[in-house]
Order: sequence, then structure tokens, then C-alpha cells
Amino acid sequence: MGGASFGRIAFVSLVVAIFLFLLGPLVMIIWASVFADKILTFPPTGYSLAWYAHAWSTDAFSSGFLMSVKVGICATIGSLVLGVPAALAIERFAFPGRETIRHVLLSPMYVPAIVAGAAVYIYFVEVEILTTFQLAATFTGLVIAHTLVALPWTLRLVCASLVTANVSSEEAARSLGANAFQTFFLVTLPIIRPGMIAAAMFSFIASFSDLEKSLFLVGPGKTTLPIAIINYLEWSLDPTIAAVATVQILIIGTVLIVSDRFVKLGKAF
Amino acid sequence: MAGVSLTKISKSYGALAAVDDVSIEIRDGELLALLGPSGCGKTTTLRVIAGFVPPTAGTVRFGERDVTAVPVHKRNVGMVFQGYALFPHLTVAKNVEFGLKVRGWDKARIAARVSEMLRWVQLEALAERQPRALSGGQQQRVALARAMANEPAVLLLDEPFSALDAKLRTQMRTEIRELQREAGITSVFVTHDQEEAMAIADRIGVMNHGRLEQLGSAEDLYKRPVSRFVAGFIGKCNFIEGRVTGPGRFEAANGQVLQFSGEHAGGPAALCFRPEHAVLAESGSAGSLAVTVRAATYLGPVTEFELVSDAGDKLLVSAPSSGDLAAPKAGDKLALTWRLQDAFVVD
Repeated sequence: MGGASFGRIAFVSLVVAIFLFLLGPLVMIIWASVFADKILTFPPTGYSLAWYAHAWSTDAFSSGFLMSVKVGICATIGSLVLGVPAALAIERFAFPGRETIRHVLLSPMYVPAIVAGAAVYIYFVEVEILTTFQLAATFTGLVIAHTLVALPWTLRLVCASLVTANVSSEEAARSLGANAFQTFFLVTLPIIRPGMIAAAMFSFIASFSDLEKSLFLVGPGKTTLPIAIINYLEWSLDPTIAAVATVQILIIGTVLIVSDRFVKLGKAF
Repeated sequence: MAGVSLTKISKSYGALAAVDDVSIEIRDGELLALLGPSGCGKTTTLRVIAGFVPPTAGTVRFGERDVTAVPVHKRNVGMVFQGYALFPHLTVAKNVEFGLKVRGWDKARIAARVSEMLRWVQLEALAERQPRALSGGQQQRVALARAMANEPAVLLLDEPFSALDAKLRTQMRTEIRELQREAGITSVFVTHDQEEAMAIADRIGVMNHGRLEQLGSAEDLYKRPVSRFVAGFIGKCNFIEGRVTGPGRFEAANGQVLQFSGEHAGGPAALCFRPEHAVLAESGSAGSLAVTVRAATYLGPVTEFELVSDAGDKLLVSAPSSGDLAAPKAGDKLALTWRLQDAFVVD
């Protein structure tokens, strides 16, 4: 019994240590965002919410935030439009090259983002040279790149929900007289809807927090929030950064909690 | 309503013949079981009838109507799936009305039919429940009501009892049998459980390696199996290896001549009898088989004896425990006899 309880104490301590390691920086940032001092100092001399106001009044942050939201929404829609049909084809039909296609579509998750970002940038430049159609440093280009960031998440989550949704539900619908369209809209789609909602949430988060791919692709006045943060950090280190980061953490945290209500995220990975 | 006829149905996947030249006439209102081990082609045959699998060759008819090329959703079949496949996002009532809705029935007619079906399976009280809130037996009844709501030409059941525990399985199969008889619908069900097939089917089609080995009533299959596979698959069976040397004349491997009933072409074969059809005696006559007891297992009403004949055939005999014989023990030498009509020959 002594051994068992020692094991339990060790286990709990380890879990606590991991949580401290993971959450510590987040807590520090949130705390620092309300320090009154202009230069980050410890311990703080007082507390203030002024940095939140300052962040919003700083044009780089407010426009970066709006840009990130816009790009995030467009990338989410893009990844659903591409990812849902792809997931259906991969999970419901047998065809040659199916696994290859699956891995190609998941590959943006495996390739280091900075490498992929550079590759997309070079590709856009090549396209521009060939067609004189500008993609780099445009909103369209950014959305395309972010759709790539989001696509693996959509594919993963929608595939996972298709695997759990029994194929025989679809066959049952067919046997009851539903044609292919009725089967899809009345049975398949409602069954995978939670997966699609989670996919949308994750796609948005993936896009919203992406830094590396965007680094190559933003243009003047078209900066996303993570890049605005990097730019700001080059020149100043006041709690504004912490305030912006806190807002970002809150948004992502909210989206995660909401999506967990639709799909137990543990199931998808 | 009408019967279903399968004519020379084959289905191959590459070189593999999942179903090989199967012809079955399923009579109007009949409950036919397709029985066999896994991979024997029974499920593929059912899916050919449903229209999920296009046959490589052959014709499927519902009554006079050739449906071979008709897609699933226009065939008008009712199907109960293994694990039921209820729509998890719809209530019981919405599950049942699904088929009526996609066929464009008007609201009043749908409502009337749904309550009729739920009354039929005695689930009116659970109409607004979600499927996951139901027990296995209730889910199965919903699946049946859903399948029957469309007034299908044929009812297909794919291992309908496999997800239920043993006690509920016996209860549900009786229940489904009664509902099927009441509706008078031509039905086909697939199972690997011979007891289940014997308990509720009018006729049983035994399949093996994609072929229909034998089609008949439970009694036909048990008493007059046409092949070694059927004899061994339906109930327990003893095989004595040897050859047919003349009409009703069988020669065991050790040269002993035994009699059998029925007809069989000459050549290598096995003489068969059921464990409960043979009688053990202290001493035998000319037609009896000399055996040695290897083991005796007391099972209450019967005792099972594992025997070996002089020719080396391993045999199983079950005898009433209250028999005259003073409990034989391993090593005892006894004589085995059976009635002529209980002995038959298979290849």
C-alpha cells in the first residue's frame, strides 16, 4: 500500500509539474499585461489596464487583429470546402493512391512551417513571373497559404468523425429510398457536423496563430496579428505585448473550449 | 407481395468468387436463412438482393420484376443491419419516418404510418427518444419498424441478433419471427448460428465457399445432408471413412461392410450418423461396429462418449445417462449399432 501511494504521489507531482511548465508562461503573460510599469520590471510597482487600451489604439495591432480574423475566416471556409469532400472521398471510396493523397493533404502539418512558408513564397513569385498575377503580399495569397495551414486539421477531424459514423447508416438511408444527395444531406452531413464544427474551430486557430508562413507573405499594411507582435517586439518591450498576447490566448482558449463541446478532441488524434 | 428469385448469381472480386452460381427461389412470405461460416458468401448474397453489390452474373427478381440493374434506393427493400445502423441524430419516430419522407409521402399519411409501425413493435412510448437511449432489443425493434415502414417487397436482415446477449437473442428472434409472420413479408436473414437458423427459418440455405451447398428445411438438412460440410455444420456428425461398393453397401477402411439408406454413387465416401442415433452395447451383431471408449463425459441427461473404431475413425455418441449399460470407462471395448434409416453417405 505504501508503494502504491508513493507511486500515486509521484504521478500527481509529475502531472502538476507538467501543468506548471505548460501554463506558467501563460499565467506570467496574463499577469504582466496588467503591470503599470512602462518597462517590464519585477515586482511591478502597480497595476493598470491601460495597456489593453494602448494595444487597441496602436494601429498595427488593431488592423493586425482584424486582418488575422478576416484571413482566419476565409482560410477556415477554404479548408472546409476542400477538406470535407476530400475526407469523404478518402474515407468512403477505395481508389488507387488514396493513402498518398491523404498524406499529401496532411503534409502541411509535417513540413516545418518556415520551410513551407518559404516554398509558398517562392512558388507565388514563380507564378507572378509566369503570369504577372501577383499573389505574394496580397490578401488572396495570404488566404491561400493559411488554407494550407488549416487543411490538415480539417481533414484529420472530418476523417475521424467519418470513421466513427457507421457506413451502414448511409446504407440504411439508401435502402430506405434515399438517393445519393438525400443520403449525404440527411444522414452523412448531420452525423459529421460536430466534426466539421471542430474542424472549423481548429482551422481558425491554426490560421489565427500562424506566424512562420505569414512572415514571407504579408505586405505593407497587410500584417497579421502575430507579425504585428514580432514587429513591435523589435523596438519596444512594454506590457502592450502581454496585453495583445492575453487577448490572443483568450480567443484561442474560448474556441478550444467551444469545439471540445462538439467533439471530444482526444478522439481525433 | 411476392417471392424473390436469384438465378445463377455470381460475384467475383478479381480472382476471388465471393458468390458462385447461386440460385434460390424464396417463396412469398417465407423466412429464409442464409447460413454459413464467415466468408462463405452469405452476406454478399444478401447485399446482392439489397442492391448494394452488383452481381458479376445472374438475375435478381422480386416477383416478376427484374431488379438486377435497379439501384438500392429504387428497389424497395427493407433492411435491418448488423448493429442496426439507426440514425444517431434522429429520434425513434424520425428514424421510422425517414423512408416515407424521402419518398415524399404527405404529412398526415406519414404520421399515421409511423404510429402504426411503432404500435406494431410496441415502442409508441419511446417515439421521441434518441436511439442511444434505447436498449439493444429496443433499437432492434426500431430498426425493424424503420425497415418495414415503406412496405418493402422484401425484408433483409444481416446478422440481426449478433449484437444482443444470449438471453435477449433468444427472445428477440421469437419476437422478430412473430412480427415477420404477422406482416407476411418475404424475408431473408443471414446468420452463422445454426441453432438460430433452425429455430426461426422456414428454410435454410447453407453456404460454403460462395456456393449454395443445400437448401431445405431444418429437418431436411439435419436428416439428409447432401455434403460432408452440411452434415458437419448442422449439428454434430460422425464420419466413417471408406467407399461405396454397391447400392446401400459401404465398406469401411478396415474392410467391414456397413449398410446405409438412400442412394450414393460408388467410390470414396464417408458413412455418417448423428451422435444421438447410435446405441452402445456390450456385445454386437454382424452389422455393428467394434469401438473402444476413449473418454466418457457425464452431461446430466446424456453422457457423451468419445470412441475410436478399429479402423481408426473417431466417433462421438451421446446416450441417455439412465441407460442399461453400466457406466463404460475409457479403454472398454463395446459395440456400436444404429438404425439403417439413420445412416447416410456423403462424399
